[in-house]
Formats: sequence, C-alpha cells, structure tokens
Amino acid sequence: MVNANWLSRHKGFLILLPSLILTAIFIYGFIGTSFFFSLTNWRTLAVDLSLRDPIWQTYADMLAMPRFQADLRNTVVFTVLFIGLAVSVGLGLAILLDRQIAGKGFFRNTFLFPYALSFIVTGVVWRWIFNPETGINLFFNFLGINRALEAAGMNPLEPGWTTDPAVVFSVNQLLSQIWPGGMGFQIEWGIPVALIPVAIAATWQLSGFVMAMYLGGLGGISPQIRDAARIDGAGDLRLYRSVIIPMLNPITISTVIILLHVSLKIFDLVFAMSGVGPGFATDVPAIFVFEMMFKAARYNLGAAASIVMLIASSLVIVPYLIHTFKHRES
Amino acid sequence: MSLKRGLLWFGLGFMVLLYLLPIYVMLVNSVRDASSVSLATMWQFPTRISAGGFTEAWRMLSPNLKNSLVMVIPAALLSSILGALNGYIFSKWRFRGSEILFALLLFGFFIPYQAILLPLVRFLQWINLYGTLPGLILTHVVYGVSVTTLIFRNFYVNIPGSIVEAATVDGAGIIEVFWRVILPLSLPAFAVALIFQFTNIWNDFLFGITVVPNPQSQPVTIALNNLSGSFSVDWNVVMAGAIVAALPTALVYLGLGKLFVRGLVSGAVKA
Repeated sequence: MVNANWLSRHKGFLILLPSLILTAIFIYGFIGTSFFFSLTNWRTLAVDLSLRDPIWQTYADMLAMPRFQADLRNTVVFTVLFIGLAVSVGLGLAILLDRQIAGKGFFRNTFLFPYALSFIVTGVVWRWIFNPETGINLFFNFLGINRALEAAGMNPLEPGWTTDPAVVFSVNQLLSQIWPGGMGFQIEWGIPVALIPVAIAATWQLSGFVMAMYLGGLGGISPQIRDAARIDGAGDLRLYRSVIIPMLNPITISTVIILLHVSLKIFDLVFAMSGVGPGFATDVPAIFVFEMMFKAARYNLGAAASIVMLIASSLVIVPYLIHTFKHRES
Repeated sequence: MSLKRGLLWFGLGFMVLLYLLPIYVMLVNSVRDASSVSLATMWQFPTRISAGGFTEAWRMLSPNLKNSLVMVIPAALLSSILGALNGYIFSKWRFRGSEILFALLLFGFFIPYQAILLPLVRFLQWINLYGTLPGLILTHVVYGVSVTTLIFRNFYVNIPGSIVEAATVDGAGIIEVFWRVILPLSLPAFAVALIFQFTNIWNDFLFGITVVPNPQSQPVTIALNNLSGSFSVDWNVVMAGAIVAALPTALVYLGLGKLFVRGLVSGAVKA
C-alpha cells in the first residue's frame, strides 16, 4: 500500500528515470571516466590504469607538444575568423531580406540550404574548390584576373589555400617581450593561412542559420518602431545601426554562443577538407583527440585533450544555460 | 529608390551565385564523362553528359546508404518518443528539482562528444555492441534525448495547463493524460523533432567513424569521406557520391523547410 502510494506520487519522476539513468551513465559517468583515463599511465594498447606520477603529467606533456599548441592557436584563429564571417554575412543576408521582396522564400531557402548538408559533403566539395591546382585558382585564370595581373607586371594570384604552411601576423616577438623566455612556445603564434579556406567553407554552411536566427528576431520588431525612427529622420543605415541591430543583441549573443560551440569542437569539416594540414596548420583539438585515441593508442593523451575541449565549451555553455534558466523563472 | 532596389537585387543575386557555386561544382562534375574528367575543366559545363559517375557512386555507396537508413529511422523515432515523454513531465508535471534535472539533461546536448568517446567505445565493447549498427543506434538515441526533450518541452509549455487539469479532474492519470490529451496534439512537435534528429543523425560523422570501424557497416558519411580520400576514384564519382549522400537530408529540407527552420530555432535554446 505504501509502495503503491509512493509510486503514484512519483510517477513523473519514474517516467523520466530511463533518460536520467542513461544521462547519468553516458554523459556524467563517461566524462568522469575520461577524466580518470587522462590521469593514468594508459598510453599503449595494453590497458594500464595506474595513476601517473605526478598526476597531471599527461596534461603537462600535452601542453608542451608543438602540435597541441598549434591546435590551441588554430582553435582561437578559426573561431574568430569563422564567427566574424558567419555573423556578418548572416546579418547582412537577413537585412537584405528584411523587406517585402519578390522571391523572398527562394532566397531564404537558398541561403539556408547548406545547413541541411553534412560537414563531410561540404568538406569534400570545398576541398576541391580550394585545391590549388584546380579550384578557385583556375577560376582566377578563367576570369582573366591573372592575365591582367601579369600584364600589369605583377605576380599571378596563385594561393596555396589549404596547402599553404605560412603563418602570418606572427606575434611571437611581442609575446617574448611580455614573457621573457617565451613560455616554451615552439610554434608561430599568428594566423595560419590554410585556416582561411576552412573558415570560408564553415561560413558557407552556417551563415544561413545565422540569417534564420536574425530573420526570426527582425520579424519580432514592431513596425511602429521602424516608423518612429523614420519620422525622426533616420535613413536606412541609421535605422539599422542605431535602432535595429542593438535590439537584436540577445539574438546575436545566442547565435555567437551556438557558433562557438560548433567551432570549439569542429571535426568533420576539417577532417574532410584539409586534415591536419602542412605543419599542423589546420589541425584542431578534435582531430588530435581522434588520432590519439584511434590511431596512435595514446589513450591518456587523447582523454586529456578531450577534457580540455570539454572545459573550453563548458566555459561558454554553462553561463549561457544558467542565464537562460534564471531568465525563464523570473 | 530604384537605385536602392537595383543595389539590393545585385547584392542578393551575387550572394545567390556565391551560395550555389559549390552546388554547381557538384552537379557539373558528377555528370561529366569519365574520359573528360580533368583538372582543367572543373568549372566548365560538361560537353558530354554521362551517368557513369552516378552508377559507380551508387555501386560503391549503396550498402552504406542502407546502413544510414537502418541507423537513422529507429534512432530518430526512439529519441523523439523519449523526448516527448520527458518534455511532457518537464512541462506539465514539474516537481521539486525537475528544472535542475532538465538542465543537467540539456547539458548533454552541448558537450563535445570527444569527452565521452573512449568510455563509450569501451562500454559498447563490453556489452558486445561495438562495431554494430544497434550500437550506433543506441549511441544516437542516448545523445539525442537531450535535444528532443528540449524541443518537446518548449512545445508543451505552450499547451494550456487547464487542459491537463480538466483531464485529471475527470480522473485520468499521468499516463492517460499523455496518451489521450497530449499525444494527439503533438504531431507538429514530432515532425520538428524527427526532422531535426533525421538531419543530425544522417549527417553525423564522429560516432560513425569511431563506433563502427568496419567499412561494410559504416554509414554513408564515412564511406563518402573514404571515397574522396582515395586516389583511385575519379572526381565525377566523388561528386556524384556527395550528391547521393546529401540527397536524403536535402530532400527533407526542400520538402519540409518550414519545420526544419522551426527545429533549428528550438535547437538553439531560445531564452
């Protein structure tokens, strides 16, 4: 009798129970296990779960690896390039479509279409487009740009795109002045040129999503606000810059957070488009984790890198979730 | 006024061309005759159209397409059903601590899956599902539940609580209310969740390549990546393969675009 009573009072909880148990094991249990693996001596095919001494040694080893340093640099550079491009292109598209215009649905669908594709399809096609021997460089010839440049006595435009190992705008000198001894950096801290095509491909895929988010927000801005601004004599540029874009701030924040969460764990696109790149110019932590776990059998190293990825995205997501929930309750 | 309109149309036309460029590359090279596939002609319209690329791509990818279908249908269905039940409780039968449980569940949608990959693989090996499609289905269901719960919860929040109360006054229990009152209203949410999950799971690469190492049992995204990385495969085949692999989600998008957009916005956790 008591049991039946308890059951009926907790039915809601019982219905949730399967999902809660799965979440407890597959999310939190597994994260804990990964973290534990990152502290162990397990770095060959033979499982060795004894703790390393000192216990953080795998993390220290990893941070000293030029490859992992390059991965951190690439994540920062890719994130800035990609989010900057995707948000500005997406906002631009939304503003272009923020009016009565013939074929609005066609335009919206065209810009959003790449979002429905997998990163692998995107990577496969864009790898081709940015192939130095075939892709966009041929297009430059085709358009006569290179002939014009040569006629003007300049070098033809033949970037190596994803095959270019160059790192431009290096700040190593600056860093070594701030930290004498250079903090043990073994790589060039700057913008790897090869990441630019990857950021462009990612923008192609996700700027339509940004546009859809902004179009949703623009639809919620009442016509009265626009009219009032116009009566005050604001032109189109003024209207958007001083009134509408500031009103879209919450959408910008949500969008940037979602894109951050995409860019911090980017894997498939880079994997299919450029791989690790020349001198790890396009390597990212997700590829590092994959190779350490499934190619090199350096399990503790892969686990440590995955925990770093988790911490990085949690720093973005957790405050956002907390804010969202607080906001909802009030 | 007309100058502004002209600029607007020019801007939109230019962007459309830019966005369609990769699609153009896929299309013209997929129907190119194998003998005329060469580095120099990538941007040109094919002089002779051939179905050879598609025939070959179909021959190489159709087993993997079948794997993707076998994976995506049960995974999308199961994760949506679980999401509907969870969303129903989290919106209509809240209890002390349920919001925290919801947040803990939702967090699972945002983690980089690399952080659970190694234990997941070990676990699947332990229960003998490693390298199998059922193992992959289980994986997608488990990691899909958080987002489907979010979609259904956001949908059910807008169903007035008075409907549920009226039914409970009539003596219906928690499950009867779901079955008789909520479920019949849930069709739009199911459409959104199913489309979202279908797209997500079909396009997945990370779980496919790590949970299923055997090429025969891998989903199509992994097979396409292998195809594109292989030097012995002609480009027309790779491009045709990309189209074949993209077609299911592209068709869903073209046919059900409105619902797709809605799924995408609820996936974005609107505050």
